[in-house]
Amino acid sequence: MEKSNQLSEEQIIQDLLPQKFGRRGMIWTAILILFCLVGAYAYYRQLRYGLVVTHMRDYVSWGIYISNFVFFVAISLVGSLITAIFRLAKVPWRTPLTRISEMIAISAITFAALIIIVDMGRPERLLNLFTHGRIQSPILWDVIVISTYFCISLFLLYVTLIPDIKIMMNVKDKITKPFHKIYRWLASFWKDQSDQEKIRDRIITILCITIIPVAFCIHTVTSWLFATTYRPGWDSTNFGAYFVSGAFLVGAGGVVVAMYAFRRAYKLERYITDMHFDKMGRMLVLLSLLYLYFNVNEYLIPAFKMKKSEASHLTQLFSGEYAPMFWFAILVGMIIPIFVLLFKKGRKPLPMFIVGIMVVVGAWFKRYLIVTPTLLHPLLPMQEVPESYHIYFPSWEEWSISLGSLAGALLIITILARYFPVISIFKTLEDEKEKSA
Amino acid sequence: MSCKCNKEEGCQNNNSRREFLLSGLAATMVAVGCSDKTSPFIPEETIALTGEKVKLLSVDGEVIEIDKAYLKPVPDITHLTNKQEREGMAGKKFVMVIDLSRCKNLKKCQSACNHAHQVHPGQNWVKVLSMDDADHSAPYWQPTTCMHCDEPPCVKVCPVDATFKRQDGIVLIDSNRCIGCRFCMAACPYTTRVFNWEDPIQAVVTDNSMPQENMDSKQHYSCETSLPQKKGTVGKCDFCPDMIRKGELPHCVSACPNGVFMFGDMNEDAVTNGAETYRFSDLIKDKAGYRLMEDLGTKPSVYYLPPVNRSFPFESGLENQLPADQMNHSK
Repeated sequence: MEKSNQLSEEQIIQDLLPQKFGRRGMIWTAILILFCLVGAYAYYRQLRYGLVVTHMRDYVSWGIYISNFVFFVAISLVGSLITAIFRLAKVPWRTPLTRISEMIAISAITFAALIIIVDMGRPERLLNLFTHGRIQSPILWDVIVISTYFCISLFLLYVTLIPDIKIMMNVKDKITKPFHKIYRWLASFWKDQSDQEKIRDRIITILCITIIPVAFCIHTVTSWLFATTYRPGWDSTNFGAYFVSGAFLVGAGGVVVAMYAFRRAYKLERYITDMHFDKMGRMLVLLSLLYLYFNVNEYLIPAFKMKKSEASHLTQLFSGEYAPMFWFAILVGMIIPIFVLLFKKGRKPLPMFIVGIMVVVGAWFKRYLIVTPTLLHPLLPMQEVPESYHIYFPSWEEWSISLGSLAGALLIITILARYFPVISIFKTLEDEKEKSA
Repeated sequence: MSCKCNKEEGCQNNNSRREFLLSGLAATMVAVGCSDKTSPFIPEETIALTGEKVKLLSVDGEVIEIDKAYLKPVPDITHLTNKQEREGMAGKKFVMVIDLSRCKNLKKCQSACNHAHQVHPGQNWVKVLSMDDADHSAPYWQPTTCMHCDEPPCVKVCPVDATFKRQDGIVLIDSNRCIGCRFCMAACPYTTRVFNWEDPIQAVVTDNSMPQENMDSKQHYSCETSLPQKKGTVGKCDFCPDMIRKGELPHCVSACPNGVFMFGDMNEDAVTNGAETYRFSDLIKDKAGYRLMEDLGTKPSVYYLPPVNRSFPFESGLENQLPADQMNHSK
């Protein structure tokens, strides 16, 4: 934080306060809402006519919804990575990144839960999970850990926000009236006293410690939805670690993209500095290498043996129908980022932004590849079904709902950033005080 | 199917009644007042005659004709409770033996099953797969049902106990509870499960004499008949426990003209295809019976007898094969 040394308290507050949408912000939000509406209409059609509007059929019984779900769960892991691990490890440059990653975590986990309801054939029977739930089913484990993670993440975001809300309440001019009421409701009890601060600090530490195992659980359990079956490509003991490492990678990529976007939109160059991008770049290299390592385990070791059940699945990925997507996900999602980020110039904000997008897009397709091709290789031959059952390409309803959910997640982040500071004002002031002391 | 007849009841054995029964509304027709003598059973209210006459066979063996308006449906079986359906039949362990040497891909099993369970075309519960295990091995036809595993992977993963294993060995689905997550479909290594992606077809196959909504609301759902099927839930071969309770064989077993399927109770150590009955243990021992994917540890209740000394050459079944599957011979 070399540059922010000269900043005054008023300047920091002024810089970090949430800002009204400019024209670009309005257009951005309108586009997101439009996507959400199209998705909502597609979901209405799905409710009316049934899952027949999707192109999922008896063999490919899980499609883009489930891969989207896995993607959301993966990206939501970043909240725990940046906030909790960095805090416990006392990483000094974490302040401008924590709030962003918590916001990403909250929005992603919300849409993970929503998209799994979209995938259900009988969403109105959701409560059966509680009235007839059987603890031996990995789905129930997922319900438990995802709701736990959601609560901890929300609480963590809230607790870290309290002093900032207090600060915003004191600066009345910029904030619109109706939201002032909400701010008061959220944080009027906060008195800025040291004993309150002590409690808050304790709470954050406890939350940070608890969120790490829960975060590992959400993605490990999600991987078990696949790994508890006998299907080639899913029947793997590597799956938990493979999913968690992938989740850290895509989450970090997502944070880099958001860092760049907020820095540009809110003019935060003095807070999110090149140094932050440089550090995150190094992180990304490490995480890409880690994910690559698990990919080698996941694909090359079965390919060495080429068991009959795995062979058709693996050849379809390596050189068959799914090869372009597979190599795209491997190259764009992992290998090219590693090479770009090894160079100092590659870790500048703009190249980092592009690499971040590559990582996220690659990760999305990677999730698609984990779900769909496996289902096209059942253990008994695919016969006696209409020809359309032999292939899977999502219908427009599936695309709309999936894009709508992605837009919805971005919309939540946008709205949160509209009403709450994307960088903790309180923490930045504190850091500043420490610097000058 | 048995019919109970007494003085006031008649049995009508035409197509409309069969459809009537098959569409899940188990009912017999009761003709009231079929003789010209004044009967004490004539209801108080006057019935508007339709003018349409129905022929019935009286207990004396006479064919009598009465107006259709006098027919009214009466349920012939008392419904089992959900609990009874989930528990299954005490002291039984049902088992199926499929003799691959007798199968020539006639698919009579499939059409009987599809008809009885109102299965969507293309979502067959019974599939006849053309198998060829290796490059130089002999191809054969393999009818595939639900394996009714003793360690069912589908039951393990179901989050709401909608699919369950009964004491008689049958794995069933409770479509009133299924949330449609399709985890069981992913978990089943035999890919035997199908999903009601759209409205089930029983809306189409209804008896003409009754208005459709009336029919749907009256039709009692049973896990044992798997009817009426419900949109957004999973379906699969159920071993026809409703037939077993009547003392009859599952539809696929009785439909097969070649006696490929044999069904029975392992505790009685007997299986039958309707025409021949075998001691189960001897049959498996003598013909080297086996189960599919034994290495997975799922312990299926369906046994296969290897395709040796075949009744038909493999080629004789090719004409019944779907064009798409001719390319996709085996995996």
